[in-house]
Amino acid sequence: MIHAAFLIPLLPLAGFAVLAPFGRRLGNPLSGWIATVLVAASFVVTVLVFIALFRQAPAHREFTQSWFTWFAADRLNVGAGLLVDPLSMTMATFVTGVSALIHLYSIGYMKHDPQFAKFFTYLNLFVFSMLMLVLADNFVLSFFGWEGVGVCSYFLIAFWFDRADAASAGKKAMIFNRIGDAGFLLGLFLIFERTGSLQYTTVFSRLGHVGTPSLVAIALLLFLGAVGKSAQIPLFPWLADAMAGPTPVSALIHAATMVTAGVYMMCRISPVLHLAPDAGHVIAWFGVATAFIGATSACAQTDIKKVLAYSTVSQLGYMFLAAGSGAYVAAVFLMLTHAFYKALLFLGAGSVIHAMEEDQDIKNMGGLTKLMPITAVTFLLGWFSIAGVPPFSGFWSKGDVLQNAWAVSPALWAIGAVTALLTAYYMGREYFLVFLGERRWSEARPTETDPSSPGYTSRGLHPHDPTWHMSVPLVVLAALAVLGGLLNLPFRPNLDFLERWLDPVVGPYLLQTHFSAGQQWLFAVADAALAIAGVGLAASLWRRTTDRPALEPRFLYMAWFIDWAEDRFVARTGTALAYFSATVIESKVIDGAVNGVASLVRGTGGALRRLQTGYVRSYALGLVAGVVALVAYVLVRVGS
Amino acid sequence: MTGSTGVLGALAAHLLGAGGLVLPHLNYSTILPELILLGGMLVILAASALSPRPLPTEVYATATVGLGIASLIASLVLWRDVTSHGAFTAIARSIDVDGFAVFFLVVVSCILIVAPMFAAGYLRREGITGCEYYVLALISGSGAMFMASANDLILIFLGLEILSIPLYVLAGLDHRREASGEAAMKYFVLGAFSSAIFVYGIALTYGATGSTNLAEIGAFLSRNVITSNGVLLGGLALLLVGFAFKVAAVPFHMWTPDVYQGAPTPATGFMAAMAKAGGFAALLRVFVSTFPTLRTSWQPVVWVLAILTLVLGAVVAIVQNDVKRMLAYSSINHAGFVLLGLEAATARGIAGSLYYVFVYSLLVLGSFAVVAAVGGNGDADHDISRYRGLGRRRPVLAVGFAILLLAQAGAPFTTGFFSKFYVVEAAVAAHSYALAVIAMGSAGVAAFFYLRVVFVMFSDVGIAGASDVSRGGGEIARAGAVAAEVREQDATLLGGAGASAVATLVAPAYVAAPELAPEGTPSEPEVSVSPWVTTGLVLCVGATLVFGIWPQPLVDFAHQATLIF
Repeated sequence: MIHAAFLIPLLPLAGFAVLAPFGRRLGNPLSGWIATVLVAASFVVTVLVFIALFRQAPAHREFTQSWFTWFAADRLNVGAGLLVDPLSMTMATFVTGVSALIHLYSIGYMKHDPQFAKFFTYLNLFVFSMLMLVLADNFVLSFFGWEGVGVCSYFLIAFWFDRADAASAGKKAMIFNRIGDAGFLLGLFLIFERTGSLQYTTVFSRLGHVGTPSLVAIALLLFLGAVGKSAQIPLFPWLADAMAGPTPVSALIHAATMVTAGVYMMCRISPVLHLAPDAGHVIAWFGVATAFIGATSACAQTDIKKVLAYSTVSQLGYMFLAAGSGAYVAAVFLMLTHAFYKALLFLGAGSVIHAMEEDQDIKNMGGLTKLMPITAVTFLLGWFSIAGVPPFSGFWSKGDVLQNAWAVSPALWAIGAVTALLTAYYMGREYFLVFLGERRWSEARPTETDPSSPGYTSRGLHPHDPTWHMSVPLVVLAALAVLGGLLNLPFRPNLDFLERWLDPVVGPYLLQTHFSAGQQWLFAVADAALAIAGVGLAASLWRRTTDRPALEPRFLYMAWFIDWAEDRFVARTGTALAYFSATVIESKVIDGAVNGVASLVRGTGGALRRLQTGYVRSYALGLVAGVVALVAYVLVRVGS
Repeated sequence: MTGSTGVLGALAAHLLGAGGLVLPHLNYSTILPELILLGGMLVILAASALSPRPLPTEVYATATVGLGIASLIASLVLWRDVTSHGAFTAIARSIDVDGFAVFFLVVVSCILIVAPMFAAGYLRREGITGCEYYVLALISGSGAMFMASANDLILIFLGLEILSIPLYVLAGLDHRREASGEAAMKYFVLGAFSSAIFVYGIALTYGATGSTNLAEIGAFLSRNVITSNGVLLGGLALLLVGFAFKVAAVPFHMWTPDVYQGAPTPATGFMAAMAKAGGFAALLRVFVSTFPTLRTSWQPVVWVLAILTLVLGAVVAIVQNDVKRMLAYSSINHAGFVLLGLEAATARGIAGSLYYVFVYSLLVLGSFAVVAAVGGNGDADHDISRYRGLGRRRPVLAVGFAILLLAQAGAPFTTGFFSKFYVVEAAVAAHSYALAVIAMGSAGVAAFFYLRVVFVMFSDVGIAGASDVSRGGGEIARAGAVAAEVREQDATLLGGAGASAVATLVAPAYVAAPELAPEGTPSEPEVSVSPWVTTGLVLCVGATLVFGIWPQPLVDFAHQATLIF
């Protein structure tokens, strides 16, 4: 069954191949169903391969499926093939599973969109790219997937390209990602230069011959790629803007899967990080700083999706904290649980946005619990999960991360702990403002209730739970968010399934922690206390009030002015430089040279053309001239 | 008369007296592909002579394609023999059966499979009946095959003539057009001239080494260290002239633009592919495998030839407004790239050259087929203005042509990219840095005129727009055209070559516009494409894309062909 692994990326690709040409004809909803069924089939295959891999002895849980040599030049030999091991299969399982659910959700969500088929075309292409990223057996093929998901992200953020904010958000995502990609590429060059290969297994087997400075450089260059893709400081602003895309896209790409690609890459290169601990520290500190800045920024947002976006930035920071600490299992664990609860929260937000007819301001919501019970309950479960309330999944995964952070440095733990409190708080704020309290949406929209106003619609707002396409994924994800902790429970050695499962891949490189049972209990109690304190704080502050300017300072609303500063100092300088280049260097210097060369070439061509008289005699003369020249050459050679 | 009979009689008596004329053992299986082509050719000729009514051109085309496939299979059987038993010589050591020869047998077979498809549509349109094109193509193909597998300069010369003479006739096939006859005449006169020079080269080489057999020459040179023997080097120089003329290397290229332009377009495509295949096969074998000891002498000459060919081909192509003539110059530029591999004179360089010749054959055949289709009745007008708006009128054809042109320019995800990559890589590995840089520069210049055609095809500066709107139905046509364009943009967004392939396959489904349009305005020439041409184009474009994305099989083939020299 392991040999069926090639089907995993092939099925979404088949969907793309069918939908790209015929999608519009297949129409709505058939094209959506085709896409969904194919991704679901891919999920089924993944599970089967997963089981087959699980049946192997732990030492033999690595399987390479080579397809063909992609390209070869001198020492460089890049193949196309899959690496099936516990890490890649874990990623593939949750990617296909969550994707299938979000595809299903999208059938309902995109029901009225005229570009319905195109949306699913892109979505299938995205799933294919993401699977290539995680399943590839070498860096280059992973990079192919890495760029593939980037380009799909661009298409999907700018899906409603007739809206200016969506179009520019797409561009912004692309540009920020390109900055990271440059680092990633340089990293690949360095890896090849130092090890002579780009195959994961070969590279890792040759690390012994690579000096530590090179390893640090490799790790940090790849981390730069991850910073772009996974929205870490300073390249995170694109993720907040990316919320201009359709909500299922935010859930799938900008919360559950693509943005975690950087974390996956860090876990994949765990052998490198293990030998370059300095790089690990840098990554951990970047991670925890991002987690803190993301969480504080989330506290002051008023857009329902922006809160979630900054929350994602913050959670990704946790994952990098874990990966940088050497706690790869914790990173993957958090990645999985985060995929469940964050996808759930986004889909819940999408269903609220639908109900509010595209208004995303949480200050204009409230009192939706009774009208949208499924959404409200599942959202509540998502909140408790991300807050880390025991026994929800976030409690276990975040606890794991924080415990490992302590082992590296108590300072990391302290910042992480404050962030955990903030997490429970800002999600609570969102929950209270959206689902509880008074209904602010009727008075927020006087134009729709006043018959004399031009914007009046007789329907008004009638929030209700969405159709089954959208509710089923909510319920399934809620169940996963609640129970996800079961994947890796502490305390009893035979309950840490994930740790044992990933052991063949990352086991030798893991951070070794030695906490006694008492210390572990202490950590657990502290985590629970922080979570409950955050929930309580949110409840006390936001249950009745909707406006607390002191708690929503502009500094946090603007996300520490980082985006502003980058725009001011980097983007504008760059634009000025580009303008200067375009007007002065390009038009005067380069165009001059180019036009000069071009006219020279043309002139030469015109002159040479005149040699072509059309007379056989002159052609024969040319031939003879050539012969004479050659014979003269021979004579010179013989003479010398 | 009696005198000559007497001489012959005396010669025969002399031979018999000296032990008799010993006929070599003829191992027919080693020349089976050639025999298939020649035998099939005779059958076609007989059938056309005996048939009471003139047979339609498609019958001949089918037969020729069948013969091409048969010779391809026979070649692959030989390939199996060579890979399992190693290379060997046959028929009095005049035939080489090695990977290198078989590679060219395969190339020639592929040319013979595709070329008749393009010819069939053209000949039907132009009302040229009869089996001449196919018969001549088959003879010419067998000549190229002999050149590739010959182990003797005399046999190479025979192959050269068998290859060339049918090409002279093919150039003049369309006797109603003056240009066609002129092309044939020019080609014939200059070709005969170059053949004479080539034979002189053989004579000098024989004089210096005492043999015309390549293996024996090689053995002689390895026994005797000869670096500056005037007779030998002179012979080598004249041989090079003969080959350079065949492959249209500068300065022996001057016939090329006139002949390519004057010949019927499918014949142009055929001669561009076939003459280069045969010419380069013999050129590479003679210079690399027979005269490696004289490399220091001939390498500088090839270096100069390569540079002249690369630069002149690219530079003069730029100022052409006639697409057919432009492609003629572009094929000169391509010859320069193949010379790059020869100049490197390494296994890698030869493999690069082989790969290039294979790729180039299909590209040039397909390109000239499109030119033939767009040229319209009478094959008269190949001005670039005819291509304006082709992307809207015939989207499939235009996308196909665009792919072929981009491949010739060396765009990634096409075979053209890898072909250029491998020869330039070989040049760099052989430390011919200047040559590699010039080659890349010429590719940059060449990209200009390829992209110019692509641009013209897809830029649609409303030739029809204004007049259409006033008519009924015009709006529908415009809407259709816009839809088609949107489709294409989508395809571009979806990314890369794969999407173009998708677009190629799918575009017809979306583009009903040309049919909806009331009538093409007079300024928009009608372009008709027969199913035969479509099939051939699908093969060419398909191979270009498939082996562009997955180059390894073809690259491996070329590498193995050089290993089993």
